[in-house]
Amino acid sequence: MSNIVAKTGNEAMAEAMRQINPDVVAAYPITPATEIVQIFSTFVNDGKVDTIFVPTESEHSAISACIGAAAGGARVMTSTSSQGLALMHEILYITAGLRLPMVICEVNRALSAPINIHCDHSDTMGSRDAGWIQIFSEDSQEAYDQTILAMKISEELFFPVMVTTDGFIISHAMSRLEVFDDKEVQSYVGEHKTPYNVLDIDNPITVGSLVLQDYYMEIKTQQAHEMMKAKEKIKELYADFNKKMKRNYSIIEEYFMEDAEFAIVALGSTAGTARYLCEKLREKGEKVGVVKPRIFRPFFAPEMVAILENVKGIAVLDRSDMMSSTGGHLFNELKSSFYRNSKQPAMKDYIYGLGGRDITVGDIENVLKDIKDFSNSKETTPDVKYITVRE
Amino acid sequence: MTTIKDLANKGNLFTQGHRACAGCGGTVILRLLMAAAGKDTVVVGATGCMEVVSTIYPYTAWNVPFLHNAFENSAATASGVESAYRALLKRKKTDKKINFIAFGGDGGTYDIGIQSLSGAMERGHNLLYVCYDNGAYMNTGIQRSSATPMGSSTTTSPAGSVVKGKMQNRKDLTEIMVAHNLKYAAQASLSNWSDFVSKVEKALAVDGPTFINVLSPCPLGWGYDTSLSIELSRLAVETHFWPVYEYEDGKYKINIKPKQVKPLEDFLFKQARFKHLKNEPELVEEIKKSVEEKWNCLLQKESSCK
Repeated sequence: MSNIVAKTGNEAMAEAMRQINPDVVAAYPITPATEIVQIFSTFVNDGKVDTIFVPTESEHSAISACIGAAAGGARVMTSTSSQGLALMHEILYITAGLRLPMVICEVNRALSAPINIHCDHSDTMGSRDAGWIQIFSEDSQEAYDQTILAMKISEELFFPVMVTTDGFIISHAMSRLEVFDDKEVQSYVGEHKTPYNVLDIDNPITVGSLVLQDYYMEIKTQQAHEMMKAKEKIKELYADFNKKMKRNYSIIEEYFMEDAEFAIVALGSTAGTARYLCEKLREKGEKVGVVKPRIFRPFFAPEMVAILENVKGIAVLDRSDMMSSTGGHLFNELKSSFYRNSKQPAMKDYIYGLGGRDITVGDIENVLKDIKDFSNSKETTPDVKYITVRE
Repeated sequence: MTTIKDLANKGNLFTQGHRACAGCGGTVILRLLMAAAGKDTVVVGATGCMEVVSTIYPYTAWNVPFLHNAFENSAATASGVESAYRALLKRKKTDKKINFIAFGGDGGTYDIGIQSLSGAMERGHNLLYVCYDNGAYMNTGIQRSSATPMGSSTTTSPAGSVVKGKMQNRKDLTEIMVAHNLKYAAQASLSNWSDFVSKVEKALAVDGPTFINVLSPCPLGWGYDTSLSIELSRLAVETHFWPVYEYEDGKYKINIKPKQVKPLEDFLFKQARFKHLKNEPELVEEIKKSVEEKWNCLLQKESSCK
């Protein structure tokens, strides 16, 4: 049987979940992530997985049940999007604070109001400070591979991980997918082991204590330091995945960056559009490149600077806004990464695609023209531009 | 029948050293609960007095596995632990019998946690939920909840010159739980400790979700001397204010029927939260009427299910 299939992003993530065969999946439906748990529940009811499926009455309860299961030592997964992730918000911090491994298949969708079901990154960015590792996927293949990899990262590092795709653009778009054998996935993820769990009734532990002024600072500092250390471990785990699973992923994907004068930085599916444009422009001799961070949390700041410091201008594409008057999330991270760096390329934020507004090759070409003008001028502001907006 | 001696010999699964107030009803509930449940039990507690007083890091009063997640989700969290256990059973990684107990105060159960509780009960997880109902948000400083009895003065329903405390009747959570088609749901009172212990044993013997609502006297929130907690529990039962009953396999049974029903005032006026009602005879009559209606309704349910 061929290991090349055609699957949507949601189908690819559900397939990864089937092959991981987690102990517990607790979930609640929400567009455009619904299919993931819908497909997975058919795996459960057809006996294709051993998973206990907990169809909760809300996303809040879904992640709460996931915490209970993870504290019980189970391998745990769930899936959500948008308002669902926002409803989980309170518990996202608790998952990370309790250092419980867990993977969320998160499909990026705009947050209300106005209500909208299409892609932007507001939901995932809204949870960027919760202590989760956040991974973006450009297509079904990355979504599939990184879901499997995320399980490993989460269980090795005791950080919860969300793997994201772009709503409808990836979640509902059929594309080529190269799948592993079930056995390969099982052997890669291995057996889940926890040093302590609440189902070990002979060794009772208390999880979720009240921690006051005397210890809270130490515990949160430890968590922050572990996230710093996680960066090297994530790199190692990507390398390990490449070796074991015969893939070729880097934590930051660079495209034509060796001699690029202008760079586009984008997360998720838009990086593909930018890369296509880049190829066309390279044929005309234009020195442009694309940088696609796969991981937003933790943020690989020195690595991003090292890749980008030699260009003249950086166009950051942000599919979310912070409503702070200073641009979007990716831009703010990158801008602060360049603080006190000896080389300071011009940098401008282009906020695009909110609520699923289409972004075309032509739109990104306009962005490149604009960043060239901006970097040639002496201007430093305005450095935030909302693009593809009707006048 | 379980004796006090039997319970005492089971060891302290919920131990001394916690930070609860003198006279706290909640800790007595937990101690009896754990004595009845035994050591092979996982407990999930909602944010609230009992969680706060029992798990101040780096100490714990729990000699069984204890998990606290947040305020409104102890039932959902416990459903996750129970699911992890079922996953172990399915994969034949354990054959131990483990009890699962979730608890919360009335704020975490009647109010903010009712959705999570309803979901967990409907899904049929094998767990017992225990509500310690002290009739207000005591942990945050005595604010009204949907369990606060009518007429009660709380810090968000104070007895004022115009409005005389809480003007609404409390929600009947036990009946809401019965409506979830549970095999077992009950109300208990600390004055009848052996009834409570046997209810815990019954509930844990059921394969499926069960619920027990226990009246939890609170010296601070109710305003009475710390020596009177059990006395007030008894008066609550003897005045019909807190019926001690159970719903088992579709049948109601009122476990304690006071031979001589005491006037409701005997319960109300031992507590500062009701003392303003001494000048509100009409309101007292309304409360009495509602208490008796509930009691008669229970009697009817008991006889119609026979």
